[in-house]
Amino acid sequence: MDLLNALVTFLNFVFIPASAYGAQLALGALGVTLIYGILRFSNFAHGDTMAFGTAMVILLTWGLQALGITLGPLPTALLALPPAIALTAALALLTDRWVYRHYRRIKAAPIVVVMASVGVMFVMNGLTRIVIGVGEINFADGARFVVTVPQFREMTGLTEGLSLRTTQAITLVIAALSVWALFVFLNRTRAGKAMRAYADNEDLALLSGIDPDRVVRLTWIIAIALAVMAGTLYGLDKTFKAFNYFQILLPIFAAAIVGGLGNPVGAIAGGFLIAFSEVALTYPWKKVAEYLGFEPSGLLQMLGTEYKLAISFVILIVVLLVRPTGLFRGKAY
Amino acid sequence: MSSNRQADARPSPLRAPLLFLAVAVLLLLEGSVSNAMFSGSWNSALALLNMGLISAVAALGVNMIWGYGGLFNAGVVGFIGLGGLAPVLISTPQVAGAWAAGGPRLMLALAAGLATMVLIWAAAQRLRGLSRGAVVTLVVVAGYVATRMLFDPAVAAIEANNPAKAGNIGGLGLPVVLSWPVGMLLAAAAAWGIGKVALGLRSDYLAIATLGIGEIIVAILKNEGWLARGVLNITGIPRPVPYELALQSNPEFVAAAARWGMDAATGSGIYVKLCYAAIFIAVVLTLILLTELALYSPWGRMMRAIRDNEVAAAAMGKDVTRRHLQLFVLGCAVIGLSGAMMVTLDGLMAPGGYNPLRYTFLIWVMVIVGGSGNNWGAVLGAILIWFLWIKAEVWGPAAMAVLTSPLSAGGLRAHLIESAPQMRYLAMGVVLLLVLRFAPRGLLPER
Repeated sequence: MDLLNALVTFLNFVFIPASAYGAQLALGALGVTLIYGILRFSNFAHGDTMAFGTAMVILLTWGLQALGITLGPLPTALLALPPAIALTAALALLTDRWVYRHYRRIKAAPIVVVMASVGVMFVMNGLTRIVIGVGEINFADGARFVVTVPQFREMTGLTEGLSLRTTQAITLVIAALSVWALFVFLNRTRAGKAMRAYADNEDLALLSGIDPDRVVRLTWIIAIALAVMAGTLYGLDKTFKAFNYFQILLPIFAAAIVGGLGNPVGAIAGGFLIAFSEVALTYPWKKVAEYLGFEPSGLLQMLGTEYKLAISFVILIVVLLVRPTGLFRGKAY
Repeated sequence: MSSNRQADARPSPLRAPLLFLAVAVLLLLEGSVSNAMFSGSWNSALALLNMGLISAVAALGVNMIWGYGGLFNAGVVGFIGLGGLAPVLISTPQVAGAWAAGGPRLMLALAAGLATMVLIWAAAQRLRGLSRGAVVTLVVVAGYVATRMLFDPAVAAIEANNPAKAGNIGGLGLPVVLSWPVGMLLAAAAAWGIGKVALGLRSDYLAIATLGIGEIIVAILKNEGWLARGVLNITGIPRPVPYELALQSNPEFVAAAARWGMDAATGSGIYVKLCYAAIFIAVVLTLILLTELALYSPWGRMMRAIRDNEVAAAAMGKDVTRRHLQLFVLGCAVIGLSGAMMVTLDGLMAPGGYNPLRYTFLIWVMVIVGGSGNNWGAVLGAILIWFLWIKAEVWGPAAMAVLTSPLSAGGLRAHLIESAPQMRYLAMGVVLLLVLRFAPRGLLPER
């Protein structure tokens, strides 16, 4: 029984939150890694683009709620997601046309493009601040829980409870669906194959008659769709606060690099690795240890939650030292 | 950057003096004219100048890293914060009982942490295969446990010592100017560590790694109460210039201020700010002198050769990674100096205010707009952008009120005017993008 209690505690406080967070990071890292693989720069504006997309979702959600349209037990934000993705993707395509295309044409050094993405980051940050402000916004509605702690206790008769929030369940479902769709697209469709070919060898792809502008457009649309989904799920799960989306940039980059920049499978693995390390190292393991028959004197917390960024950073440093190409052999050299 | 360097014609030699004159006129207007755009207060103009000069020091550091090395430091805020730690540790008065409470144990804990890292490094270097992984894991776990066992009680003891007023380890009580080189050393040490890992790989990796270290240094400053009281802030850091209140109670000064037609309060504020400005101008000029001398020496030519063509420089036998590390450490030390200067000017260490948009990316805008690779450009860009950044807070809502006057006084207009101060983030981004695209060499191009 104690073993089961320990397991439930672990699931409730580590496994489920880390899975949801990992899925959000993976979606973000997929966008970063796709942009890196095809446009060949690290997009510093990714976090703030996520924030902007989420702000669009929130505005549309408010609009829908004002019209009296909801999704019942599911958050209304899901309904607002597709138009928000379309809006943000349109903005990203404009940004590409006005900013990034120039640097592709003159074949600028990657670091100059990174600098331009810092400019885009400022613009996105400013837009988000103007549109929705800097405060915390909670926009989750519908049912809060799939399973609550008392329900679970009643069902199983265990002392420890387990809760599964709607947002966590939705995060996992949406992440699984979109990753599946992405891989089907990349591996099975002509456009997806063209993208992979372009990422692999630009010149050879051009020689085979692949339209580079189309590949670039597709990349932006997919990356933005993933980013807005990641941002919305993250905002539903926690709350929306513009600055948090700047801070999530580091774990996202770390996830993409750990998996190997430019490698989609790596980005997903990296996202979950970072999320599980972060949650496991900042969780106080005292309760689990007690159920397992130990008598710990302290909280058994490796690191305070205020240093969770340090975990992604340390993982990043170790990977850079030991295997700079990442676990799944990305393009980095 | 690199692709446009040779294309443009040599700019007029009058360009730099004229642009500096324009900035000076802006500051003079701020001091003398009182209308919707300018405050007409010399105190405000001098405060703008002083922060502009501090930003100029940071911009000079970034310019060394970017303009002469082509390296991207995305964690400027962290190095500014580290530099700011130095005045706290060096020049604040000693805290009674803090050292006795946990000082030696704390040093022991830090030594244990350092020893762990050295052991990990040594094990990773010497061993191969399975034993390497096993030994490294063992050292990590043992070192972590040992460090925590020493560290936690020491920190608890220090933070329990007079927690309302102090709770930190305290300073050495030395003159504050001594802390400036210490701030440089702190920033340089962090830069060496991060550069050692991230340089020599892809150029983006340094950017991402510095982004991380910047965030982490700020997190440490906010949360480690024993170090500098964290978010409780440290106030009353000694300063190298006289205090306003002391001046106001000095009859000679009051008489002198009256002769200039000012009351004692305004006069003392202006006098103190002028003292600071003199010190800061001296620092900026010294830095420009040193960097210019370095850049027109064989060392500087080598650096520019490496930036313009790494492969060719490497073929000529230059150790590119080592030179980059050297430049990165030097540049970060200068950024650390600016952090120490800022804390000295404010007399306050407030880690809650270290915002990356303000302290990392705004400094970058200053360098790019001023002209990457040109030290005078960095200084010009710093003072100009700082001036615009502060004034935009006032100008933004006013401009928005005029722009939206055709709209009826509804919710939309109120929202737009209300959010106009946020407009400056947007404006800075647009300025950065425009300069990068249409004038990549900036206001004062590199010679």
